[in-house]
Amino acid sequence: MAELSAVVAQTLLAVMLAPGLVGLIRWIKARLQSRRGAPPWQIYFELRKLFAKEIVISRTASWLFRAAPLIVFGTSVVVASLVPLVFIPVAFDRTGDLFAAVYLLLLGTFFLALAGLDTGSAFGGMGSSREMTVVALTEPTVALSIFALALTAGSTNLGVIATRTLADPGMALGPAHVLGFPALFIVALAESGRLPIDNPSTHLELTMIHEAMVLEYSGPYLALIEWASALKFFLLLALAANLFVPWGIAQSLAPLDLLAGFAALTVKMAILAVAVAVLETRVAKLRLFRVPELLSASFVLALLAVMSTMFVR
Amino acid sequence: MTTRGVPLALAVATAGYLAGAVAALLARSSRGARWAAAAGASLGSLAALVLAVQVLVTGAPVDAGIPGLLAVAGGVVVRLDGLGAFFLAIVSIIGLPAAVYGAGYSADETTGHLRSLGFMLNMFLFGMSLVTCAGNVLTFVLGWEVMSLASYFLVMVETGDPETQSAGLWYIAMTHFGLVLLLPMFFLLSSSGGGASFADLRLGAGMLTPAMRNVVFILAVLAFGSKAGVVPLHVWLPRAHPAAPSHVSALMSGVMIKLGIYGLVRVTLDVLGGGVVWWGGLLLAVGSVSALLGVLYALMEHDLKRLLAYHSVENIGIILIGFGAALVLDGYGLRSAALVGFAASLFHTLNHACFKALLFLGAGSVLRQTHTRNMEQMGGLITRMPQTALLFLVGAVAIAALPPLNGFASEWMVFQTLLAGAQIPRPELAVGIPMAVGMLALTSGLAAACFVKAFGVTFLAMPRSERAAQAREAPLSMRAAMALLASACVVLGLGASMTVPVLYRALEGLGGVSPAAAAATPGLWVEGAGRLAYVSPPLLAASLAVVVFLGWLAVRRALGRARLTDTWGCGRIGQTPRMEYTASAFAEPLRRVFAELYRPAEDLTVSTHPESRYFIRSITYTSEVHPWFEAVIYDPIIGGVRRASTEVRRLQGGSAHLYLLYVVAALLGALGWVWWS
Repeated sequence: MAELSAVVAQTLLAVMLAPGLVGLIRWIKARLQSRRGAPPWQIYFELRKLFAKEIVISRTASWLFRAAPLIVFGTSVVVASLVPLVFIPVAFDRTGDLFAAVYLLLLGTFFLALAGLDTGSAFGGMGSSREMTVVALTEPTVALSIFALALTAGSTNLGVIATRTLADPGMALGPAHVLGFPALFIVALAESGRLPIDNPSTHLELTMIHEAMVLEYSGPYLALIEWASALKFFLLLALAANLFVPWGIAQSLAPLDLLAGFAALTVKMAILAVAVAVLETRVAKLRLFRVPELLSASFVLALLAVMSTMFVR
Repeated sequence: MTTRGVPLALAVATAGYLAGAVAALLARSSRGARWAAAAGASLGSLAALVLAVQVLVTGAPVDAGIPGLLAVAGGVVVRLDGLGAFFLAIVSIIGLPAAVYGAGYSADETTGHLRSLGFMLNMFLFGMSLVTCAGNVLTFVLGWEVMSLASYFLVMVETGDPETQSAGLWYIAMTHFGLVLLLPMFFLLSSSGGGASFADLRLGAGMLTPAMRNVVFILAVLAFGSKAGVVPLHVWLPRAHPAAPSHVSALMSGVMIKLGIYGLVRVTLDVLGGGVVWWGGLLLAVGSVSALLGVLYALMEHDLKRLLAYHSVENIGIILIGFGAALVLDGYGLRSAALVGFAASLFHTLNHACFKALLFLGAGSVLRQTHTRNMEQMGGLITRMPQTALLFLVGAVAIAALPPLNGFASEWMVFQTLLAGAQIPRPELAVGIPMAVGMLALTSGLAAACFVKAFGVTFLAMPRSERAAQAREAPLSMRAAMALLASACVVLGLGASMTVPVLYRALEGLGGVSPAAAAATPGLWVEGAGRLAYVSPPLLAASLAVVVFLGWLAVRRALGRARLTDTWGCGRIGQTPRMEYTASAFAEPLRRVFAELYRPAEDLTVSTHPESRYFIRSITYTSEVHPWFEAVIYDPIIGGVRRASTEVRRLQGGSAHLYLLYVVAALLGALGWVWWS
């Protein structure tokens, strides 16, 4: 029972922190570009504003358009309950593994892409088509990164992977981790629509992917979708942080451990936020048809991670 | 006759199918034929289901048969064990809704071919059931041929257009290619075993040299692979499945190609006993290629039924990935991990049967109401056929392997099998397994993209043609049949952990598999190999439901006051279907990414004004994707057969004297051979 409430609390923590991460990256980017920038917590005001606004729905749209944001938000939150953030769940670790997490996120994307087609606008269709293309092409890398992690841990369940790495720190310097991490980092950027694959801060029709797909959403629905995609981004980065570098995460529910776990999570996420901000300041968006090249590169990294792990054994 | 009640079910099933077939032929009206066929097939499949469940629950095989019938060849012998019962259950679970659906589907037709349709449908189901129950070679081949011929005639029901005729030709040629290899395979096995029952074949396989066992295995892969639709033997599948009436397509894609898998499992695992690593490796490679090519060609398809047919190629590939990986594990002696893989492939077989049949029935409803198979002519059906749309969506989510439905559970088990295979320290596996994982993952990602396209273009947005705008909801019998299959997808997904022990029961005793170790108490969790990984679809579904409900509470009030308006369109005046994204446009990015593979034939014609080339009068763009490797493989074969038949025709001089000479020469030759040997 204690673990159940801890899992619920951890999930809520992820849900609450996720927009902050996006806001933080925006703020760091602004600073790097010599702008003052809005404070990191500005995004919470934006969400609150959206929740207070009215919903405008296209006449062409069906119930699917109305259901999709809820499903997208739901899948992200369920994935949040699976990821070890502050502490490692033991009993609840069995609910879902890494494959379940990835396929749940895919379920959300699936419905969002359908909603993009539902309004009959060319923008929505274009966004759906591109989003599904990018997602489909990231799948092999994701699966192989999972494999690289699972090979050394023997299991795909997230808690087990983190616990094993903590128990055997020598593993973390193995090829699976060293090559798997950049692979997963690239697909994390691709899946959450960040540079250099997609630009989250533009509505320029010829370059956008995710923003085109959700163009017809407004008010609380848009808030849910933005929140869900912030959460997805947060979780993908948290996965990269806590599975490859699990140190600091709490292995019991003792208050001091939890505090240390929270501090460790904050530090790791802040480092990753800086990395993303620097990257987004340094690189330009890739042409859509150059994106597969980047994804193939990440695939090769992941393939090498798995193969080298299997060879050196 | 082991149990008293069981042969009754067997008798009822046989009687149901045969009576349905005869009654449909003799019916006075086409309406009578329709219902007689449906009633016979429903009775037959229900009784067969009872039989299958009884065998799976008790674990005791059923023996029966008519040894006197065709006694020379061994007689008709029925022996239904766990594996057979599992596949008989698949035949019945899909047979029942297909029969019900068929009654509604053909309601508009009053032509005479309804009688033959009803007859053939019942014979088709009967033949497929017989294959799963066969206890000896004769019964197996008999069922196999009844199944193949009945389905051939079912494909040819709507003859007339040359496309159907060509489809039928491809189908009959490929199915007999399979039979031609099937017979020597059985011959090799039975000649050393001394009998033609499967028990004798098992004995015979034990006495074969390893080289001959390899030959038997290769023959089995080719023969059963051509039925299952494995690349490159799949060529008949995307041609024949769309040509048949939709409930027949559902049976062909959902069930018949699975009997290819049944034959492969029966021969490889049961008769030959498995245990050879490269067999598994071959199936793993073939499965990966089939899965990926199947989904890639499905993406380029705008014919809804052909798209689904290509997805059958994909899913057969996934089944073979699981089976191949399990054979590899088995070859290295990792029995309990192998068991997870065998169970995964059987589970995916059952799951694919359910969602593919559901999708074909859904496509059939759309086809019947819109009179087109071209997705570019559809759209907006979610408001016109809401229930069909919802049921099709369930099938689409299931086939895209998304949680918490059944496709996810079995694909998850396949991944876990591959993970167990990666623990074996062999260099060839260090290359093969990661490649298989990558291809399987790419396949499932592309499948999700393909079903966004299939569902989105068919059902969402505005109707793209008058026919789609006029569409109405399908009749109740058709929706009921689809609802049955959709609930099977949900139940098999949420109850995956309950289904897995049944799969182990079906595998009991095959190739020395002892599932006692693996048959754990069913909890809420599906387990990976070695009980190292877990997933719980019901818990995931429950938490998803809770969050979605909370989210709904948050937006409920705003949703009640939602303002309805036009789709935003950059200031244009009216929204028309021509502004919507088409299926071709949707698949365009992927077509560019995989252009090397597709090699699309494109044709762009721009006609300009004679005065200035800046005034464009019309633009015509056509683009076609044809699987070029089919031409590379099959054109030489077809050409060779043509040339050979031209040569052979010289023998046919047309003169009776010449033929008499042949008879005498043949007789003398035969006598001489007997003399010498």
